[in-house]
Amino acid sequence: MMLALLGVASVSHYLVVGAIMFCCGVVCMAVKRNALGVLMGIELVLNGANLNFVAFGSNYLAADGRSPLGLDGEVMALFVILLAAAEAAVALAITLNFYNNHATVDVDRADDLHG
Amino acid sequence: MNQDAFDISLSLFALIDWHGFFFLLFAAIACIAALMVVLTDNVVRMALHLILSLGATAGLFFLAGAEFIGAMQLMIYVGGTLVLLVFGVMLTAQTQLVALRTPASDRVLAGILAAALLAVLVQAAFSIESWQKSGQGIVSAPTATPLGMALVGVRVDQSAEANLLDAKGGYLLPFEIVSVHLLVVLIGAAYLARAKRRRVPRPVDLMASVDSVEPNSSVDSPSTVLSGGSE
Repeated sequence: MMLALLGVASVSHYLVVGAIMFCCGVVCMAVKRNALGVLMGIELVLNGANLNFVAFGSNYLAADGRSPLGLDGEVMALFVILLAAAEAAVALAITLNFYNNHATVDVDRADDLHG
Repeated sequence: MNQDAFDISLSLFALIDWHGFFFLLFAAIACIAALMVVLTDNVVRMALHLILSLGATAGLFFLAGAEFIGAMQLMIYVGGTLVLLVFGVMLTAQTQLVALRTPASDRVLAGILAAALLAVLVQAAFSIESWQKSGQGIVSAPTATPLGMALVGVRVDQSAEANLLDAKGGYLLPFEIVSVHLLVVLIGAAYLARAKRRRVPRPVDLMASVDSVEPNSSVDSPSTVLSGGSE
């Protein structure tokens, strides 16, 4: 048990988790037809990026106990969280507007600007 | 005898690498929930899995020693943004909109592309040697105070003897920009989502709604129903 789990948390492992969330988010954005599903994909992508920021900035995970990024990674993660909240508010308002006007949230039907 | 068993279990308890154990637990929850977000068609279940995934990510932040970011993730993301998303799901959850399906060919194509992207990213993640060493396990000081000081422009985490030009700056200007950005976004969102007067539909809309009598759009839209009553 100890051998199997020892030293499993390194920056690389955080990067792998972040990469999986990022790819899931990209697929979500590309495949979902529900506008809210696309929004959820964006949230997943931002979270994967956030995980990378925190992993690179973490002193706890750094091999020499002091990460070169330091606190900057956490500040960036904080900004990403704030901007994601702002983006979700605006995108949700747009989606609700679209729903009011078209009675659907299917992004394939949002082709009013189609020439 | 009973005491011996207790000691043995206690030593076993101490042998287990709890940091690694919880990392694996949270990482598995985050990844599986993220996969379920992609694989589920039902938008309500997608929201539930997204909450699970982001909550487990907060656990990963705690494990990386970024306890303030983890708390903010739980409060802003899980507590705010996802509640907003769930409200959006509730407001738009008509039966024919809950599960919109995508053609299988598109799914397969997206899956192949994502697998290729994932392979590149994983290869890059293990490409640098110093990233693969696990940390010293040095528990750093709480990060809330240095973060707050950095946001008002003072970097208390930087060494004091560093040259002012070499030292990394604070984040006062980005903090101000983000603050104004949030204000603008809130006003914009309130403006976009405000209750509007009933709109007289353009003739194009009416024709489109008459044309589309296919079974998946048989339920009349609220706007056309309202406007139809007004005319």
